[in-house]
Amino acid sequence: MSEFLFLYRLPADSPDMPDSARRMQERLEKWTAWFKELESKGALRTLGAPLETRGAVVKDGGRTVHDGPYAESKDIVLGYTIVQARDLAAASAVATGCPVLTYGGMVEVRPIRQM
Amino acid sequence: MTTALPDEHFFRRESGRLVATLTRILGVHHLALAEDAVQETLASAVEVWAFRGVPDNASAWLMTAARNRAISLLRRERTARRFAPEIGRLADAEAEGEGAGAAEPGLPRALQDDELRMMFSCCHPDISEDAQVALVLSLLGGFSAHEVASAFLVTDAAMEKRLSRAKKVLAGSAGLFELAARDFEPRLSAVHRALYLLFNEGYHGASPDAVVRLDLCREALRLVTLLVEHAPAATPATHALAAVLFLHAARLPARMDEAGELTDLARQDRRRWDARLIARGLDLLEASARGDEVSEYHLEAAIAATHALAPSAEETPWAEIVKLYDALLRVRPSPVVALNRAVALAELEGPERGLEALGSLSGAGQLARYPFYPAALGELELRRGRSAVARKHFRDAQRLARNDAERRFLAQRISATRPPEPQGAVPRPGSRAPTDRP
Repeated sequence: MSEFLFLYRLPADSPDMPDSARRMQERLEKWTAWFKELESKGALRTLGAPLETRGAVVKDGGRTVHDGPYAESKDIVLGYTIVQARDLAAASAVATGCPVLTYGGMVEVRPIRQM
Repeated sequence: MTTALPDEHFFRRESGRLVATLTRILGVHHLALAEDAVQETLASAVEVWAFRGVPDNASAWLMTAARNRAISLLRRERTARRFAPEIGRLADAEAEGEGAGAAEPGLPRALQDDELRMMFSCCHPDISEDAQVALVLSLLGGFSAHEVASAFLVTDAAMEKRLSRAKKVLAGSAGLFELAARDFEPRLSAVHRALYLLFNEGYHGASPDAVVRLDLCREALRLVTLLVEHAPAATPATHALAAVLFLHAARLPARMDEAGELTDLARQDRRRWDARLIARGLDLLEASARGDEVSEYHLEAAIAATHALAPSAEETPWAEIVKLYDALLRVRPSPVVALNRAVALAELEGPERGLEALGSLSGAGQLARYPFYPAALGELELRRGRSAVARKHFRDAQRLARNDAERRFLAQRISATRPPEPQGAVPRPGSRAPTDRP
């Protein structure tokens, strides 16, 4: 079994915000069901956390600090989770069920290095 | 790991409460900003709660988050300095723990209820009835313009226009409606009317989306309950209106299945009526019987209760129902009420008398586009054995049908007219009372 970092991304310029109580309810239900499913499949390594959209970018050897974190990125990272799967193909298959895909987002699947 | 999900009303309730409270603190002229702050707050709560679960004190959590969001939106405005007083009020509200259920000293609880005041504000006399209902859905129920548009079968653009015009009226008014105002009584009538229309839109409306329609009915029940629970608004007429809505809602599971298929009152499986809602409706009707006011809602609730208590369509006390419709017609002389009276009369005195009453119905012109008028003619003709005439009426009705559920329902009635039954055949128990208007 290998571990994978799932990064949930939304386009920064046109995030699809739920504009009604019904859509909010549905979105929360979908996410809750998704994490439950990961857990019951034994795929959930670390639930992870949601991330604030604001933050900072430190670069140029520390000489430059930008407001960000998406100063030079097209995406907002909503949050992350660590998933356990046989290989990259299996992890990607798991990611296809992620609710973020239903509203214009994407899941970045990154194998965590073992050694 | 995430905890239990909130109940299905959660986001509606919170959205309405947050918009109302922020609007009261900021002033109605900041309505749009309050709406933005609430939408952003709830959307971001969804992202956090997806991981962390819904906190126990979710309401207080949201109120604090919405207030902070409003402050940051105000600061972002180019003229932020001008909004110093608003920011101050938001901060004061925070300090007083408002929104976490704390009371403002010296005011009765009802006067603090921002949602109620918002409901009364939406029913401003300068806003048309249709727009009042749309506004209630948008501001108190957290419906998007798109959802309201689909409930009313108008384009998104038309609904956005209707809503923004109505919001402009509201934002231009002096403040949220004061429940102690002199014009409380007439405003309460307008609120009744709006909730009645809101429920009706869900119950009889034209939207093909069964889920949208159920949402409308549920929202009407939620808001009328709010009225019943708050002393100044909890008049006998309010109780009677609530009784009407609960008694009709009790029939929903039998009236419309998950696929949106319709079944009329006579053919409904009464075991599927919601006994809990009927009991609630009957309690409300009893509570409405004080003072000497007999409102249209009292009469309508009495009709609905009579149906609810009848063990079957055949055992309905039709004489009682006709009498109640006569009284209702005097208070609300509408052609739809007259139509329902004629149908009840047919049950009591035979289809010929019903057809006579339908024929001489005043205001029939207003029913020209109403599919259940020809449908009623069809049912009664069918019952006197004139299948061909009945079929023609059902076809007329089908042409007027406003959605697929109505079209399928009428197609089923058309097929009931053939094979032609022999003259004088005993009508099947299924071919009775055609409509199910409240």
